[in-house]
This record gives sequence, structure tokens and C-alpha cells, in this order.
Amino acid sequence: MSESILSVQGLEKHFPVTKGLFKSQVGAVKAVDGISFDVRKGETLGLVGESGCGKTTTGRLITRLIEPTGGKITFEGHDITHMKQGKLRPLRRDMQMIFQDPYSSLNPRHTVGAIVGAPFRIQGIQTEQGIKKAVQDILELVGLNPEHYNRYPHEFSGGQRQRIGIARTLALKPKLIIADEPVSALDVSIQAQVVNLLEDLQNELDLTYVVIAHDLSVVRHISDRVAVMYLGKIVEVGERAGLYSAPMHPYTNALLSAVPIPDPKQREGRERIRLTGDVPSPLNPPPACRFHTRCWKAQEICKTQEPPLAELAPGHAVACHFPENAPSKTETPATVA
Amino acid sequence: MTAPLDVSGDELKATPESVAEGAGAKAIQGRSLGQIAWMRLKRDKVALTGAGVIIFLILVAVFAPLIVSWFGHPPNQFNQDQIDTMTMIPKGGSGISWDYLFGVEPVNGRDLFSRVVYGARISLLIAFLATLLSVFIGTVMGVIAGYFGGWVDMIISRLMDIFLAFPVLVFAMALVGVLGQFETQLEVKGDSLRILLLIFVIGFFNWGYIARIIRGQTLSLREREFVDAARSLGARGPYILFREILPNLIAPVLIYATLLIPTNVLFEAALSFLGVGIQPPTATWGGMLAAATKYYTVPHFMFFPGMAIFITVLAFNLFGDGLRDALDPKSGR
Repeated sequence: MSESILSVQGLEKHFPVTKGLFKSQVGAVKAVDGISFDVRKGETLGLVGESGCGKTTTGRLITRLIEPTGGKITFEGHDITHMKQGKLRPLRRDMQMIFQDPYSSLNPRHTVGAIVGAPFRIQGIQTEQGIKKAVQDILELVGLNPEHYNRYPHEFSGGQRQRIGIARTLALKPKLIIADEPVSALDVSIQAQVVNLLEDLQNELDLTYVVIAHDLSVVRHISDRVAVMYLGKIVEVGERAGLYSAPMHPYTNALLSAVPIPDPKQREGRERIRLTGDVPSPLNPPPACRFHTRCWKAQEICKTQEPPLAELAPGHAVACHFPENAPSKTETPATVA
Repeated sequence: MTAPLDVSGDELKATPESVAEGAGAKAIQGRSLGQIAWMRLKRDKVALTGAGVIIFLILVAVFAPLIVSWFGHPPNQFNQDQIDTMTMIPKGGSGISWDYLFGVEPVNGRDLFSRVVYGARISLLIAFLATLLSVFIGTVMGVIAGYFGGWVDMIISRLMDIFLAFPVLVFAMALVGVLGQFETQLEVKGDSLRILLLIFVIGFFNWGYIARIIRGQTLSLREREFVDAARSLGARGPYILFREILPNLIAPVLIYATLLIPTNVLFEAALSFLGVGIQPPTATWGGMLAAATKYYTVPHFMFFPGMAIFITVLAFNLFGDGLRDALDPKSGR
């Protein structure tokens, strides 16, 4: 186990809900409600969950685009939870973010050169052969023609625009990249290209990724470890192979059973788990285990006592009173590849 | 959604995607949004006509003394020889001749052509500077309100409401009346004082509209991901405001400035018509219209300054519409 580059402990973000003329607080949307995880150097952590479970909020909390309500974020030994933006600025070189929508993440009034060169200007970094040369090198690295330096974003396709976004992210040679749904706005064929590009760059530049996605196949393709979120909490986290082959949390199980299988023959034998009802409102989440309203295994204890995130197999933790595929019952999970 | 991702990555590796580059090794030159807007504008004949008229009017205003010395008589010179002494109206009804292209005024016989030409100076000067003033205040206030939000936005938005509800016309009349009494004690006097006053009144009370538009635009731009991207790179507030947001506001600012100018031309004419604006004998289009109402038997007296206002307003409106279509093709009509 190598050292961790990013450590998150009990992170919380509550968005206040106000009402009336005097903005009295009547409640809070608990978008992220006490999550903890570690990201190790050089690995890719996938963060999955359905819409509204707090994945994106988590990413924005880590990059300090929004202010955490509680908890602690440690990046490379620095506690950045409430660090002043001015002190944070030099640290931002090592921690960058890839954005979801390649159409809104590039300023339409700036040339590609200005967009990819912005990190140098903002951080006041001098490069040996000038910013232009550095930018063109990065453009080449992400598979774009360096001669496109003077072009504007509207002249590129979605996939190319996402490459421009990735080029900007890479400009300062960061150590950690938070990728917030890096491919969900792209066509499937382009998704593969961009995902593979991210993998190649990881090998080449020794990057660490936190990939936020709702697409389990994408996460499976690039992650070393996967964390599953439900309603602002992590319900299961483990090595990719173990988690996908022997999911312990009923929610993970249900998610995985919903992944389409392209081969109709294989599809026949599979049992799909259909969850009933909607995701409860994060404004008023169910007590104790948040999944008990939709869980087919729920018992009385699930409504009264919150299950802790416990490590049941090596490197595989789950927050459930009645985990499936637990080692005591089936002695296999860690070795399944 | 899933399957293609399992394809092994080798053949899909990052290769430079060839964008249609045309034949040969021509240098790739991107077209900015401004250049594209200019191309669209060039195809819009109506807007180009408007632009042509505007340029013509500006040239007329700038070179008014020269034009008058070639084609007319000094604007304040009485030409009693052109007036029929019995009826006090110009000889031949209007006095239009090669010497007096637009005819002469009744009673004193001043050259109408020269007065219309000189009127363009006052009209355009006040309209341009007043627009500049309100666009400047409006943009600054709108950007600040939209970007900072919270109580700053609250205060500025309420201020906008107050200015939009302000009875400008009544205020202008009162202001001119009051200042007229102190004119002898002020540094600036006469026409310069009136011009400054009109620019202030028209410009300062008009920033509410543009500030509202800019505030809305800023609100929506602020939430775009490229602003987040700049922030995650460690950009400070001024960088985000001036480098990321402001360039995206150039289009709406230009459009509303062009559409505000004709409104201000009309407003200045209205104030002069009411006698609140520039005082006689200085020639203004509104003032001439006001004088002409007393002489309905000589329609040309009203026709020429009226046409001047009409053409100016129309030209700016057509150009402004064309500019909006060119800069913001999605807006539709």
C-alpha cells in the first residue's frame, strides 16, 4: 500500500434552505453527509452513484470550489479544509479538475492557446521557451494539432473540446486530477478515446485520479478502487475486481445488475434487481441506514441503527447490517479477478 | 453506454484529429466570434445601409462648418431679403433654391439647411455621450451586482428600480430651471452648460435598463464551468471578472448601446422641443420643431428637422437590429 495523496475524513456539505424575507433557515440539503476515503498515489479512485447522491459536490469540495460544512480534507499532508484561497493557490498546481461539460468549460471568447495557457498566467509560471511552446507541447500530448493554437472552442467537436479541457488540466503537471464526469457529455465512441487518453496520460505522467461518474462501465474500465455513494454517504468501497465480482452492499448489487449486457445469451441467466420508489430527498433523508426505504433485505435494525463502514474483506469496506457475499458466507471475494 | 469501452485502447489511441485543414500546409487561422459576426453583418444589407447613414451623419456633424461654408449660409445669420415683408413667410412659400437648399425660416430668414446640419452636431454629441455614460454606469453596476450577488446585488437592484421609476422629464425641467438662475455664478455657461446638463440627465437616469440586462447575463455566465475552471486554477476575482466574464459581455453591451442611441436622440429632441434643452438661437432639431409649430402654413420648416430626426433614429435602430442578429443569432426576433 503506497502513501495516500488525498485523505478525506467525515466530509460534510449542507446547503441551507432559507425561507421568507429574513432568510431564516428552515432546513438543509445534506448533499454530502460525512464521507471518508483515502486516495493513494498513482491509483484511480472511481466515485459512483446515481444523480443527486453528492458525487459532484464531493469533487467540488475537494478542489475547494465550495466551502465544506464539516470534516477534514488533507492533500499531501496539508490540511486544506478551510485554507484561505491565497494560501491554497500554490497547492492548486498539484490538484486540478476536469469538468463535465466541454461546451461550458471553455470560454468561447478565448483561443485554445489562451485557454490552455491560462494556468501559466494565473499561477505566474515562466516556461523555458515561452508559454506558446509549452501550450503546443501539451496540445500534442492530448492528441490535438498544435497548430490549432489560434482557434476558438466553437471550431472543435465535443471530444476535441474535452481534450482541450484535459490539456488545460495538465498544463501545470498536477499530481492529482479530479475528473467530474469526464466523459458523460460525450458520444460513446468518443468516450472510449477520452478514457483511454486519460489512462495513457496516467501512465506517462504518473497521475492520480479521482473519477466521478454515474456510468459503472466507465468506472470499471479505469478505476483501481471504487467507492459507491448513496444519498451523501459512501455505502461501499473496495478494489475494483472485488467490488464488481462480489458486491456486498445491496445497493451496489442493484446498480451492477442494471448495467446492460451487450450479449443477449449472457443476459438470459441474469437476475435484474429492480429498486422500488425514488431516491429519498436529501432534505429529509431516512434515519439510520439511508437505503432501508428501498432495500429488500431491510429489517427493524436498519431503521434504528446506522451501519458503520466496516472492512469485511481486505480493502473492501461496506456499510450494511446484512452484507451480501460477505467472507464468512462465501469464502471468495478477494481472489476473484 | 457500455460496450465500446471494453475495446482495448490501442487502435483508439490519441492521434491528432484532423480537422478539415484545406489543401496544402496553409497556416491554420481560427476565426474569432467577432470575425464571424462581422461576416454575418456584411451580408445584412439593411444593417449596412443603416451603418452607412450613421457614418454619413457623423461626417456631417464633424464637418458642419465646412459643409455650411460650401452649400449654405451661417446658421444664425438673418436673411431678411428672403422674406416676404407682408406675410413674414419666405418668398415663394418655402424659399427653397440652389442658394437655400432647405429653404429659410419664416420671419428672420435663417438658412434651414445650415441649421439642420448644425443641429446634427448637438443631437449626436448629446446622444453619444449620454449613451456612453449610461452604458458605463450600467455595465459596471450590472457586473458588480451579478458577480457578487447577495446584499450587494440587493442594493444595486433596488437602486435600478428607483432610477427606472424616476420622473426624469420633470426632474430635467426643474434642474434646468434651477441651474438657469445660478448660471452667472457657474464656471460653464450657455450652450456648454446645457449640453453637459442634458448629457448628465439623459445618461445618468438611463443606466437602469442596461444594468439589468448585464446583471442577468453576468448571473448566467458566473455559473458556467469555465469560471469554475479559472477558480480551480487559483484565479482571483479581478481576473475572472475582466478576463473571463467581461469579454462575453461585449456583444450585449454593443447591441444595447446601439439601440439606446436613437432613444437618446429622441429624448434630447423632446427636451429641446419643450424648451428645457439647448436654448435658442443655437440650432437643435427639437428646438426647430418647436418653433415650426407656430408656422403651419410653411410645412418645410417642420419637415426638414423632422426628417433629420426620423432618419437618424431609423438608421440607428436598423443598424442595432442587424448588429444584434449578427452578434447573437440565437436571439431571433
